[in-house]
Amino acid sequence: MIEVKNVSKWYSSFRVLDNCSLAIAKGEVVVICGPSGSGKSTLIKCINGLEPFTQGSIAVDGISVGDRSTNLPKLRARIGMVFQNFELFPHMTARQNIMLAQQKVLNRDNAAADRKAQELLDRIGLADHAGKYPAQLSGGQQQRVAIARALAMDPIAMLFDEPTSALDPEMITEVLDVMVRLALDGMTMAVVTHEMGFARKVAHRVVFMDQGTIVEDAPKEEFFGTPRSERAQQFLSKILQH
Amino acid sequence: MFAGFDFDVLIKSLPFLWLGMQLTLQLTVLAVGGGLILGTVLAVIRLSPIKPLSMAVAAYVNFLRSMPLILVIFWFYTLIPRVTGTSVSSFYSVLIAFIMFEAAYYSEIIRAGISSVRRGQISAALALGLTPPQAMRYVVLPQAVRNMIPVLLTQSIIMLQDTSLVYVVGLRDFLTSAEIVAGRDNRPIELYLTVALVFLVVCFSASRLVNLMRRRYSL
Ligand SMILES: Nc1ncnc2c1ncn2[C@@H]1O[C@H](COP(=O)(O)OP(=O)(O)OP(=O)(O)O)[C@@H](O)[C@H]1O
Ligand SMILES: [Mg+2]
Repeated sequence: MIEVKNVSKWYSSFRVLDNCSLAIAKGEVVVICGPSGSGKSTLIKCINGLEPFTQGSIAVDGISVGDRSTNLPKLRARIGMVFQNFELFPHMTARQNIMLAQQKVLNRDNAAADRKAQELLDRIGLADHAGKYPAQLSGGQQQRVAIARALAMDPIAMLFDEPTSALDPEMITEVLDVMVRLALDGMTMAVVTHEMGFARKVAHRVVFMDQGTIVEDAPKEEFFGTPRSERAQQFLSKILQH
Repeated sequence: MFAGFDFDVLIKSLPFLWLGMQLTLQLTVLAVGGGLILGTVLAVIRLSPIKPLSMAVAAYVNFLRSMPLILVIFWFYTLIPRVTGTSVSSFYSVLIAFIMFEAAYYSEIIRAGISSVRRGQISAALALGLTPPQAMRYVVLPQAVRNMIPVLLTQSIIMLQDTSLVYVVGLRDFLTSAEIVAGRDNRPIELYLTVALVFLVVCFSASRLVNLMRRRYSL
């Protein structure tokens, strides 16, 4: 489904991504972790073409992301993305946030888009909050709406960039719950997160990045059992202390 | 102070003053509307990655912003007939001058407004599959406008006050009309007080109207 092959990216002389390769099959959940600045966000943004890369190739559902002739908006409409800071549109209600791209990108009519929005708000337990603006919602509620907004496009895969790291501890669970359900429903997911509980519960594979390289890419059991690299071991012991 | 205040002069000259007011309002509304549209286009081009275009717009904006408005009015008044070979009414030449001039100011305000929208908002819009123009139209501009409204309002009120400059091409706006009556009937106090009052009322209503719209559209 997602095929990252030997991707490198430079910011002038600084190498953010160093020969990264990663394959995510349909229905697979891959957790990406690693220290700050290791290139996790950059890698995930390369997958839907929000960041250009310098070398290598990325294909999603067989469509090459880096190709100049690729219709990027069309491809992105099929890949959901959730950001650390939610990035709901503040001038729109929760419902309007979920409806906008359905109408402008998928050309769904008002009724269909509204039905979909309502259905998703129901699913994330926010049916009563449809008419609220993001500023009137808690962080956890905003992030759930952001997930619903992405799901409204019926994506073939979902990308998450630290979806819970801007949240207060008591709100993390409500967002993770939605993500867990999504994973159990068979969604293809790439999740940058340090929530190892989430990884243990639903991840198929865990990828560890450091200084722009993919140091470790192992099945969950193997990764939590005995990570091969020392860096991953150190990192794990550090975050598991919390 | 109001002992010698001559209301008759005002009442008699009301139709004449109203004519001037109509010109002032028409010019303001059209120039603000046209200036906003052109200003938005200029701002978007200026922020675009196409260097030659954005540099050309920057030059245009900086050039016009360093010119006195009265000079710009003169130019268009004398230039348009020469360039196009057809004569244009004073009103249209002045309107075009105002739009071109105001657009330069508006574009700077709008550019600042656009830059004030967080970058993540654009990423989120693009990630949903919106095209860059759609992201601009539905996500960035509405937020930018909200941040810009107070400054845009101030600039538009300045524009309203500047319409009095049209006397240089022989048009009669509100203030010019009042001036004519004041001189003719030798009643400067009555007229200039009235003018001040009217400007106050118009500006006050405009800002009330904008506040109302902000609430209505929850901007
Ligand atoms: N526009 C940019 N110009 C130069 N360097 C950049 C730019 N954006 C990111 N970087 C650098 O690239 C590196 C990787 O950034 P990235 O955001 O992908 O890391 P990350 O793994 O997501 O970190 P975090 O956990 O803090 O989110 C960092 O060292 C960062 O400073
Ligand atoms: Mg990051």
